[in-house]
Amino acid sequence: MPFEWFVAIRYLRAGRAQTALILGGTTMGVAVLVFLTALISGLQRSLIAQTLSSQSHILVKAPEREARSLPLAAGTAADRVEKTPDRIRSIEQWQQVLASIERMPGVVAATPTAAGSAFASRGEASKSVAVRGVDDQSFARVIEIVPKMRAGTFRLEGTTAVIGGVLAADLGVGVGDKIRLATPEGRGDVFTVAGVFDLGNKDVNQRWVLVPLRSAQTMLDLAGGATTIEVKVDDVFAAERMAQEIQRSQALQADSWMKLNEQLLVALRSQSASSWMIQVLVVVAVALGIASVLGVSVIQKSREIGIMRASGTSRGTIQRIFLLEGAIVGALGAVTGGLAGTAFALAFANLATSPNGEPIFPVDLTPGLFLAASLVAIVTGTVAAWFPASRAAKLDPAVVIRYG
Amino acid sequence: MADGADRTPVLRLDQVVKDYGVGEARTRVLHGVDFTLQRGEFAALMGPSGSGKSTLLNIMGLLDPPTSGKVFVAGQDTSVLDDDALTRYRGRALGFVFQFHHLLPEFSALENVMLPMAADRGRLDDSMRECGSVLLDLVGLSKKRDARVTQLSGGQAQRVAIARSLAMNPQVVLADEPTGNLDTQTSDDVFSLLREVNLKQNVTFLVVTHDPRMAERCDRVVELVDGRIVSDRRQEARR
Repeated sequence: MPFEWFVAIRYLRAGRAQTALILGGTTMGVAVLVFLTALISGLQRSLIAQTLSSQSHILVKAPEREARSLPLAAGTAADRVEKTPDRIRSIEQWQQVLASIERMPGVVAATPTAAGSAFASRGEASKSVAVRGVDDQSFARVIEIVPKMRAGTFRLEGTTAVIGGVLAADLGVGVGDKIRLATPEGRGDVFTVAGVFDLGNKDVNQRWVLVPLRSAQTMLDLAGGATTIEVKVDDVFAAERMAQEIQRSQALQADSWMKLNEQLLVALRSQSASSWMIQVLVVVAVALGIASVLGVSVIQKSREIGIMRASGTSRGTIQRIFLLEGAIVGALGAVTGGLAGTAFALAFANLATSPNGEPIFPVDLTPGLFLAASLVAIVTGTVAAWFPASRAAKLDPAVVIRYG
Repeated sequence: MADGADRTPVLRLDQVVKDYGVGEARTRVLHGVDFTLQRGEFAALMGPSGSGKSTLLNIMGLLDPPTSGKVFVAGQDTSVLDDDALTRYRGRALGFVFQFHHLLPEFSALENVMLPMAADRGRLDDSMRECGSVLLDLVGLSKKRDARVTQLSGGQAQRVAIARSLAMNPQVVLADEPTGNLDTQTSDDVFSLLREVNLKQNVTFLVVTHDPRMAERCDRVVELVDGRIVSDRRQEARR
């Protein structure tokens, strides 16, 4: 066994109370790191997942028309330029646009939608709804709707419709019942409810009526058009960059979920920032603890260090002994703290569960987290030991052997 | 000439001066000391408190550099060595026994004896274990090999310290009042052990002592007063 390891391990084992103290501190620190990171990242992941449950990553639509002023008589000036009220407009040559978006690297799926508003009625009951004509196959690849069907199936053909659970309750309909959809312009048809979904968003569950693309095109007077193309990408945080790319290359308006949920992202970012700050402070506290305990231990062992130096131990070896003590404490603390943090996180997740047994606070315990926490602990231990170790290395053997 | 001494200088001080403090507070502790120790010698260094014995011992032990003058150990001019080289050389060429045994309490008797070997080679191995056991045998403590230092009596601890000082088969063992902290009987025993090692293993010793009874048992007595060697006589040691 290398000499430094032998001495460092023996010192740690012999200095029971001191070792327990710094090991306890490191364990707590790592536990907080693991727990907090697992909780925050789990929470954020679940918030994002919830946000994206009924939303595509990128929404592509026809660009807004510029308001233009009419030619004015000489000498007069327009004091107000008013935007023309925009009717539902289709994306020009959407099939080509769709095909080129699908070819982009990073795009998982894209689906055309013809969307507009309408009234859904059954008997006396009538509700204002958002009609979305979709191609069921590609739509299911963009929005994970199939596992979220509460009744019936997600299949759109002819005059079938799939509606949200709240709307179904409002209208008092179930699978197999018929509803009438009508636009404000008076076009409309009768549809058979093929399925009821719950996408986890009340507004969506209350307003969405999914119908076959062709039916929506007819009803909304779009004649083969699509108002939006919805895109799913593999890295959700790359959505904004890819939206800008689409906007540039297609001359269309493309909005990422990040842009549409800016407030959420700002909230998540400040949450991450505050959690980071807490973790940095914890790491600093652990480092100070290790440094002070090892500092005391160096003072207590001054004479022994002098004896080792007199017996041919170099300054470098003495320094390495104490650096190793810090590193070993960090490594052990990483193991015990990792276990404690995992226990805290799991206990916390089990403490608060929703009625269906799913944790309200999901925790993200990944191998990467443990690896990172271990690395932080070992580096912190070593860095914290630097000052005491340098001090030990600088001791003058002649002085400490005589005076301690 | 005592038994074993063969006139090969193992330790030589050449005009060694040591000053402490700076400016006005500067005091000269050693005033140009010349001194040679020959292989196999068993010498006593005596002198009143404050005469500079410890300073001289630290300089001989390469623990403290002289302000001027040179220290040669086994012919090596030690002033040309850097800190790491000096440390390594010290570990190999010199052994130390202190008034208080200064063993490392976290380690067993055997591990304390192995310390200089492990420090020199940077690792511990079984050959050191064997070597250490032989040395503990030599000082009559083979039964206490695995005992913790705290479980040893004062005399036993000092024996372990002697075994440790011999670990690297040093040119010289420097002993600073090795019996100063022991009762009369134990002192005699420990001193006898040092003498025995000197005669049997031909190890050179320089022993700092206040005790005239101990000095009588040495081949040579060097007296230091106010940083100067005032007498240096060889004698027939009392056995």
